[in-house]
Amino acid sequence: MKNTHTAAPAKASGSTLLSRLRLALIVILVAAVYYWSVQGMQFEGIQGTAGTVSRSILQGFLHPDWSFVYLAEGEDLLRGLLDTLVISILGTVVAAVVCIPFAFWASSNMSRRLAVSGSGKIVLSVIRVFPEIIVAILFIKAVGPGSFAGVLALGIHSVGMLGKLYSETIESIDRGPEEALIASGANRLQVLRYAVLPQVIPQFLSYSLYRFEINIRSATTLGLVGAGGIGTPLIFALQVRNWNRVGIILLGIIVLIILTDWISGWVRRRII
Amino acid sequence: MKTPASTAPLQPAAPEILPPRKTKQLAGWLVLIAVLIVCSIRTKVTPYQLITGLPQMGSLLREMFPPDWSYLPTIWAPMMETVQIAILGTTLGGLLAIPVALLSASNLQVSRWISLPCRMILNLVRTIPDLLFAAIFVAVFGIGPFAGMLALVFFSFGIIAKLTFEAIEAIDPGPLEAMTAVGANRMQIIRFGVVPQALPYFMSYLLYTFEVNIRAAAVLGLVGAGGIGLLLDRALGLFRYDRASIIILLTLVIVLVIDYGSTIIRRKLL
Repeated sequence: MKNTHTAAPAKASGSTLLSRLRLALIVILVAAVYYWSVQGMQFEGIQGTAGTVSRSILQGFLHPDWSFVYLAEGEDLLRGLLDTLVISILGTVVAAVVCIPFAFWASSNMSRRLAVSGSGKIVLSVIRVFPEIIVAILFIKAVGPGSFAGVLALGIHSVGMLGKLYSETIESIDRGPEEALIASGANRLQVLRYAVLPQVIPQFLSYSLYRFEINIRSATTLGLVGAGGIGTPLIFALQVRNWNRVGIILLGIIVLIILTDWISGWVRRRII
Repeated sequence: MKTPASTAPLQPAAPEILPPRKTKQLAGWLVLIAVLIVCSIRTKVTPYQLITGLPQMGSLLREMFPPDWSYLPTIWAPMMETVQIAILGTTLGGLLAIPVALLSASNLQVSRWISLPCRMILNLVRTIPDLLFAAIFVAVFGIGPFAGMLALVFFSFGIIAKLTFEAIEAIDPGPLEAMTAVGANRMQIIRFGVVPQALPYFMSYLLYTFEVNIRAAAVLGLVGAGGIGLLLDRALGLFRYDRASIIILLTLVIVLVIDYGSTIIRRKLL
């Protein structure tokens, strides 16, 4: 409902008949959309036991299963979190390297013809629209369940996102050094090495770290579909309703994400 | 890419005072490479495996074509359910976010005892990914779109509240000071000073979150939280890759259409 109040007055502040009609039309449209969505939601599917389940979940969260933090035989919290961290590091690095040629392909100032950079941009956005989880499922089917599928899924999805950010960085560089180098007879490779790369590398690193922060969140969920990491023990614990274990895993995820955000923020500040 | 890049940054700026910086950068790259080696040992992911895995991916893609077009009518209703989950989840999350964003903003004279806990809650909520919320809510409320909607409510709440309170903190303080000077109370300040300035940003963030949520809603079904993901899971489980590909294609089309529409509206708002 809220959309209407902003969209219309900003466009036409004078309350002419036309703008009022427009406003009414938008109100009706938004109302119809909401009516349609509420209607489609089946509330009868809610379990009657929701109250008791919530209480036992709360109990589980208040008494996390500390013994799960470290188990001698493996498959414990620390190893799960380590796998998650490793998957996101590898996925980010793979993407950060693989997307560089894509980024140069998609930058409008790196090629004379618009068709070249345009096609690069389209390729990147097609890669980008696939959600990581779907990519992960496809890779699980292709290479089997495990961390490897997770790394590939994060890598592929991040290429689309990072490629876009990288190409925007390349498009915004200062042309001065490049022209100076060309004028003094440098070849294309030398221009790239001494004029383009020094300007873009810090920004590339910063974006990669930012992507890493997103990837570690995704990596925690990859295991839910079988692509390795902490999500696998989590989905098992959820299936057998072992809430104490779910509690400790969630706690571990939160601590891991806060820590990595903090470290990545610190490194990013030092780079730029 | 690694070794040539290591010496590159900042070289044109100050060539004389480089040596200490250079060693530091070199150390940074070495640490990264060491971490990578440890990582690939840990997960047994090696470039070799990457190369051998790619042909398998290719054969999977071949199985996905041609898509099973006759399946389209069956998946239309779940797809619409996905859109409905995203709409309701985003809206409710956005509504929840308004009071918390107002309480978290540092320029509205809210006591620190309220604003700091609010921000902490926001930071906590944002560490939990959408699918984890969905997995938990499915356990609580049973399989179905309601659990998915709740997951998106919490997920969007975290994003929208964070972005909105930052937008509120960035608003022009002039109108607020003028209203305080003429004796307006806090509700009046919010209504006439904050809302007109922050609302376009809020709407823009709402739409942005909607774009994110459509993608999220499409995969919620994988953990049983309603929408198209359930059918995708089933199609993949039955090795019906032709059906999986039509589901993915339809999802892509819907995502692109919504992204396009949302971008147009957002451009008009700001």
